[in-house]
Formats: sequence, C-alpha cells, structure tokens
Amino acid sequence: MSSLVQSVDWLAIAPPTLAAVVGLVVLVADLFIGDTRKAVLGWTSVAGLAASALLLLPLRGGDRATFCLTGATDTCSYVADGFTLVVQLLVLGGALLVALLSVTALKDADRELPEGEYWFLLLSSAAGAALLPASRDLATLIVALEVASLPAFALVGIKRGDKKSSEAALKFFLSSVTATAVSLMGVSFVYATTGTLYLTRIADGIQHVDGQFHTLAQTGVVLTLVGFAFKTAAVPFHFWVPDTYVGAPLPIAAYLSVVGKAVGFSGLVLVTVVALPSYADVWGPALAALAALTMTIGNVGALRQRSTRAYSAVRLLAWSSVGQAGYLLVPIAAAAYSDDAQQAIGSTLAYALMYAAVNLGAFAVAALVARRSPLNRISDYRGLYAESPLSALVLGFFLLCLAGLPPGVIGLFAKVTVFSAAVDAGLGWLAVVMAVNVVIALFYYLQWTALLFRAPEGEPGTHRAPAPLTAAIVLTAALGVVLSGAPQLILRFSETVLF
Amino acid sequence: MIDISESVMQILLALIVVGPLIGAAAALLPAPPGLKGKSPEQAVLRHGVTVTGVVLIAAIVLALGFDHDHPSKMQATTDISWIPALDVRIHLGVDGISLPLLVLTALLTFLCALYSYFKMPAGPTPKAFVALLLVLESGTLATFAVLDLLLFFLAFETVLVPMYFLIARWGGAQRQAAAWKFILFTLLGSVVMLLGLLLIGIKAGTFDMVALATDNGRSLSTSVQVTAVLAIGIGLAVKTPMWPLHSWLPDAHTAAPTVGSVLLAGVMLKMGTYGFVRILLPVTPDGFRTFAPYLAAFAVVGIIYGSLACLALAKRGAKGDLKRLIAYSSVGHMGFVLLGISTMDATGVNGALFANIAHGLITGLLFFLVGALKDRTGTTDLDTLAEESGAALYGKAPRLGGLLAFAAVASLGLPGLAGFWGEMLAMFGAFEPAAGLNRSAYLTFMTIAAFGTLLTAAYMLIVVRRVCMGATPRETPELLDVQTYEFAAWTPLVALTVVAGLWPRALLGLTDPAVQQLLAGGTR
Repeated sequence: MSSLVQSVDWLAIAPPTLAAVVGLVVLVADLFIGDTRKAVLGWTSVAGLAASALLLLPLRGGDRATFCLTGATDTCSYVADGFTLVVQLLVLGGALLVALLSVTALKDADRELPEGEYWFLLLSSAAGAALLPASRDLATLIVALEVASLPAFALVGIKRGDKKSSEAALKFFLSSVTATAVSLMGVSFVYATTGTLYLTRIADGIQHVDGQFHTLAQTGVVLTLVGFAFKTAAVPFHFWVPDTYVGAPLPIAAYLSVVGKAVGFSGLVLVTVVALPSYADVWGPALAALAALTMTIGNVGALRQRSTRAYSAVRLLAWSSVGQAGYLLVPIAAAAYSDDAQQAIGSTLAYALMYAAVNLGAFAVAALVARRSPLNRISDYRGLYAESPLSALVLGFFLLCLAGLPPGVIGLFAKVTVFSAAVDAGLGWLAVVMAVNVVIALFYYLQWTALLFRAPEGEPGTHRAPAPLTAAIVLTAALGVVLSGAPQLILRFSETVLF
Repeated sequence: MIDISESVMQILLALIVVGPLIGAAAALLPAPPGLKGKSPEQAVLRHGVTVTGVVLIAAIVLALGFDHDHPSKMQATTDISWIPALDVRIHLGVDGISLPLLVLTALLTFLCALYSYFKMPAGPTPKAFVALLLVLESGTLATFAVLDLLLFFLAFETVLVPMYFLIARWGGAQRQAAAWKFILFTLLGSVVMLLGLLLIGIKAGTFDMVALATDNGRSLSTSVQVTAVLAIGIGLAVKTPMWPLHSWLPDAHTAAPTVGSVLLAGVMLKMGTYGFVRILLPVTPDGFRTFAPYLAAFAVVGIIYGSLACLALAKRGAKGDLKRLIAYSSVGHMGFVLLGISTMDATGVNGALFANIAHGLITGLLFFLVGALKDRTGTTDLDTLAEESGAALYGKAPRLGGLLAFAAVASLGLPGLAGFWGEMLAMFGAFEPAAGLNRSAYLTFMTIAAFGTLLTAAYMLIVVRRVCMGATPRETPELLDVQTYEFAAWTPLVALTVVAGLWPRALLGLTDPAVQQLLAGGTR
C-alpha cells in the first residue's frame, strides 16, 4: 500500500514558496520593527525575490514535476518545465525590479503607506503569479490566479485617504471578480463534460465528449478564456487599465503592466495550448480577433492622450500596454493554426521578456521624473536630456524598443518573431493589422522620445536619483543593451522544447 | 586592382559598416584630452570629418582591392551566425552591384561632414548632429553590404530615426510635419516589406540572400512570389519613391537641412532601388514578372508627373521652391531607374544601376548648390530669387552660377555627363525587355519616357535661365562666390559626374557581370 503522504519535490516548488514565506516573514517582522527601521523590510523583500529568482537556476533542466497523481506519474499539478521557468523568471525578475522601485516610493511616501502590508501583498501576489505557470490543473490555476490578483486589488487601493486610489481599486476589484466568476463557470462546464481537472487529461477527454455536450464544452472553453483575457487586459476587458494605473502607486502600475500580463497570457497558453488543443478552431479565431482588437484599441487610445493632461505619461503607458498585450496574443492565436505550437508560444515568451525589461525600465524613469513633477505629464519630460542626459537617453532607448525601431534592436527582433509566427501560421491579415499598429505606436512613442531632446522650457534643475531607482534603471538598460547585441538570449525560447 | 588578402578585405568591410556606429557613440562622449580643439562644437564636427574620412578611405581601399575581373563574385564576405532562433546571420559581402553604392555613400557622407564642419546648419548641438549623421551612414552602408534579408530590414530601419531627427531638428520651415510624414510613410512601407521578407524566409527556409538568389525562386511557388513581391515592392517603392507613393519626398527635401537633402537624395533613395535589384529580381523572378509591367507603368507616370510638377514649379509666379523642384525631379529620375529595373533585362538593369549612381552624384551636387544659394540669399523661392528679370547668378557669383548650370545640364541628361548613360540604357532596355514581358507595352513606356526627357530638359533650362541669367542691376550687392571649403566638397562630385559620363565602362564593367549573374540565377 502506498503512503498517503505525498512526497513533495521541494526544490521544484521553491521559487514561489520562498516568495510567499518571505512575504509572511516580512508581515510578522513589521510588528517588531520600529518606525525608523522600516527600510529593512524592503531590503528583505528585495533579497527574498532575488533569492527565489536564483532558485530557478538548479531547475534549468526543466524536467521536474510534483504533486502527481498516485499511479499516474505523468499527471501532475505542478510542473517546472521550460515554459514554467521562463514565465517564473519573468514574474520574479519583474517583481524584483518593482520592489526596487517600491523601496524609493515607500521612502518618499514618508510612512503614508503601510510598509509591512505593502511588502506582504507584493510578495504574495508575486508568489501567486509564479505559481500560475506551473499549475497543470484547473483548480490550482484558478487558485493561483486569485492569489496573484487579490493582493493586487489591495495594492492598487493602498494609498490611504486617496479617493482616486480607492476608486481605482474598487473598479479593478469589481471587474476582476466578475471575470473570475465567469472563468469559474467555464471551468465547471469543462469539468462537467470531461470529468477531470488535469489539463493533460482534459486534452484527451474533451475529444471524446458526448455529442450532446458539445455546446457545453465549447461554452466552457470560451468562458474560461475570459478570466485570463481580463488579466492580460485584452479588449473588451481593458477598460479598467488606465484608471487603475493612474490611481495605483507607480510601482504597482508597473507591476500590473508586466507581471499582471504575464499571469494572464500564461494562463491563456495553458488553457488553450495545453488543455484544449483539439478546440483550436474555437479559440484560435477568437484569440486572433481579440489580438487585432486589443492592439488597435490600445494604440489608438495611447495616440489620443494629450501630453498636458495630468498623469498623461502613466496613461500613455497604460494604453500602450494594452496595445502590447495585443502583440502578445498574436503568437498564441497563431499556435492554433500552426503545426508547431511550441514555436509560436516561444515567440510570445520572447516578446514578453523583452517587453518586461523595457517597460519596467520606462516605468523606472517615469518614477524618477515623478519625483520632480508629481503630476507626471508627458510635457514634463520636455528637455529631460538637458537635465539628466543619461536617463533621457535610456528612456528614449526603452521607448524605441517598445516601438520596435533601431537602436532598440531587441524590440525590433521581438516584433519580427511575432510577425513570423503570424506569417508562418498563415494569419496574413493579422500580420497586416499588426503592421499598421506598429506604425500607429511609433507615432506616440517617437513623439515622446523627441520631446526628451527638445530645449527645456525652464532652467533645468538637478536632482539626485536615489540608489534603488538608479539600480532598477541601470539593470533594465543593461538588459536592453545586452539583448540588443545578442537577441538570441531570449529568442532561443522560440526553438526550445517548452512543455 | 591591388592585391589585398581576403581577411583584410573582410575587416575593411566590417569596419565600413560598424565604424560609423562606434564613431556615433564616441561623438556623444566628451572629447579626450589632446583632441579638444578650439571648442567642443569644433571638436565634435572634426570628429565627424575624421570618422567619415576613415570610412571613405576604407571604402576606397576596398574598391581597389576588389577583384575587378570577377565582379559577379561576392567578395570580402563574412558569415557569422547571430540569432540562430530566427536564422539571422551576419552575412556581409560586396559585388559589382553594391560596391559603387557603398563608395558613393561613403563619399557623400564624408562630403556632408566636411561641409558641415565649415557650415553647421542652424539647430541644437552639433554633438547630436554628428552622432545622427554617423548612425545614418552606418545604416545606409549596412543596407548595401548585408546579405541577409532580416539584417537588410534592420539596416533599412536604422536610417529612419536619425533622418527623422535631422529633419525635425535642423530643418527649415514646416520641418515637424515633413519629418513625421517621412518617417510614417517609410515605416508603413518597411513593415509591410518585413511581412514579405518573412514570407520568403519562411517558405524558402532561409533568409540568406545569396542562397535565395542562387535558388532563383525555384523553392517558392508563384503565388507566394506574387504576394511577397507585392509586399516587399510596396516597401521599396515608398523608399524609392515611386509615384504615387512619393508624396513624402518633396516635403522632406524642402524641410531638410542641406546635408539631409544631399544624403536623402544621394543615397537613401537608392536603398529602395537596390532592394529591387538585390532581392526581388533574383529571389522572386516569377512574382516580379507579374508586376513588372505595372511597375514600368507607374515608373513612366512618375517620370511625366515629376517633370510636369517641376515645370509648374519653375513657372513665373508659381512661388516654386527650388528644393521642392529638385525633389520632384528626383521622382522623375527614379522613374527611369524603376523603368530600367522593370525590364528585367541586363541592359535595362545596368542602366538603372548607372542612373542610380548618376542621380546620387548630380542631385547631391544640386542640393549642395541650392543650399549654398539659400545661405547667401536666405531663400530658395524661385520667384523671390529671380524677381522680374532673373537672379543673374552668372553676374553676381559666376562660379556658383556656372556650377549650378553644370549640375542642371548634367541632370537633364546631356551626353558626355553621368546623367545620360543611365537613362539612355534604361530606355534601351525597355526597347527590348526580357522574354515573357509584353514588348509593345514597353515600347509605349519607352516612348513616354523619352518624352519625359524632353520635359526634363525644358524645366532644367528654365531654372538655369531664371536663376543664372538675367540683368545685373548696378546697386545689388555681389553674392559671395564659391568658398574653398565648398570647392572641396563639390569638386569630387563634379569630377565624378564628368568621369562617369566620359568613361561609363568604369561603372558598367563592374555592374554588368553581376547583373548577368543575378538575372541568370544569383550571385556566387
């Protein structure tokens, strides 16, 4: 008789677990640490995130799995394969950069923000986000999605006494919960038709669904996708984005734009490519249409931002992140049509990694400028080059990476992989829509870039950039430059075995 | 001509492509001790001259070391894997088609840097100006030197941002709008081009231009070829520019600073036509054959349209701008180039490549001259310049007037100067296009194009009459005549225009074997 106690591969689950444990430690430690030494909490969290990112190293082989069914070792709830590791790297690395931004933000807030809670929430959300790509059954998937989302609602609304912040949190919360509920219903439909929650078993089971339940299964597929589409901020589930980003503390907006999206698209990938490959004719066209809509509406929204409006820089980044989400969806849609789904998914991963690095970099520079001009209008960036040449050059580089134009070589090649996934899958129309979008996006990115180098309106002042912020900017800029020289570092995911 | 070992040639070519980039980065750093010069501005402008000079010397040495007995062979080739995931290789090389363009680019950029050293265009710091100029040079040179489709796209895109800033920051009136129009048009074209390039790469299984050219479209079905040619053709046609996609060009030229116009007309337009010859002709011959008659038709419409627009601008009272006029004349000249390419015949393509170089030399010179005129009189408006009787440049500044007349006459295609051979050969090619193309249609195109040369002659002569001739009233002050630095910047262009006109073999001997090879099935 086999033991009732499952043997757990602790190393495999170490990255998300460590993040969660450090989160708890910080929460408890907050009670015992005096007001003057709260900074320790921040640095502990940064170290914790760095350590959990480092714990991915021993897993490089990408062949570990745990929480398997007794008797069927190929059916597991937690799998640390190539896909999982790349997304976990993205999530934990992204969270680490956000933590660096937060250290400064919390210090500047001067105890307006509750530090212990802040770090606890951030780490828990990161742990959930790191758990999600590893989950291989629908229950774990939904739980991970909620662990990633619930702390995020609180983080958005963490500015005490700020009406905008609470309103943003409420908006975010209500729409997100609705989406999750719909998703759960979809999951229940899928469970009802297949009788299992394990993704690989669903993939088998759903092919033999009784003819009567066909519609039910299809409805279940579509509804399940809704929740993840919401997290990715795909149109029409995008309306919460601009207000939430503006209302949230800046590092949290950066977090949502990168880690939040990673959660969404990795969930989508798992549900579509792993669990429901036989329903590609349902989700393929749906995702393609979603991608086209998302990028178009996101980019047009960004284009409409007036540079003198309050918080227009964050608004523009918010809308542009919706547009970028559209590009991320393209290869997933292409996976439905392609013989080699892994290659297409690899393009999404490569693009997401590029996007994470440069978008967090752009947010870091925005955080730097926000210290000088709290309203963070795009017009505040005018003449940044005269004031601080390096941060202007770096921001220009990030924006051109996002636009996909040299000198942002990595941005260009990341777009090329996405295009090539679409062309390869025969989605010519989607590639053309994306081409037009790239041009629209260039307009606002370049407009912002050009503004950086104009003559400043007033006398340029000098500001010292705080160390954590500088570290975040240097880290992301170095990543961008290195990747521009050696794009293979991330583009190789489009040819390795992921699952 | 001189024997240089292959590895040195490789290094030279790599230096030509990467050198300006390193120079651009260095331009942003403060000058090292010992090179500070009189002022930081002077030091950085001198840095620009040095770097472009070194690149020019490297290009000349490369041309000397080039094996002129085998111009159809790819020489100085480097082939390193860069991004295996996308199958992108750093594959560089020159043959008889790219070598002249490479040297032309290096020469024109050097002359521009030299000219700016003495006559910096009004605008923000020269530091950024020099850096952008160098990035631009690197992108253009890379376009002509790379042999990988995706690298070609990368190089093609590299020039956009620097040119945008050159126009938007150092340009004249309406510069913002013109710069936007330039970058959005070209980007839209080049993104569509990317789709075509990807289609070819994915269907054929390689992005390597040499392999694809040798394959000569055999592994691509006709429908793939047609789609790819349409997509790539649009991108290249915007850049060339082909009527009716040309509308960004007059605005960009009018607003750009002198050196911007020189480089735009002199080398950047050639990136488009070079792409037609290097990619579309050998890689997708069937697809290109489908579209060749349409391309030819658009080309001749462009010739006539450009000439008519110029005639309208040259008329008295039309408030025609000289820079805009030369821009429209470029549309006409590039029409000849496209006509030559569309014949798919060795004569026509050779003519096109010759006209490419000739246009670079002559139009570069014209833009320099008009820029100098603007510096002296403060305007490029023909009516303001000419007033009632004519600007009388011959009287006020005889050397400048003489040079302008020379450039105008070269531009209208006077036999004995560079402008003649290319257009003649292009029309000659249209007289007998490649097999499979409708000859009677091409005969019609040729006739229309010939009529276009007459119109070109007409407007160029009107310009000469209105700008150079006229009565000199006694009280008007003399204009400053050509300065030494201007002589230095312009003499090479004048000399090469004459040499290419009198000794076309020098150029045709290089291009012809390569073109024959390309049409027959790729470079080796």
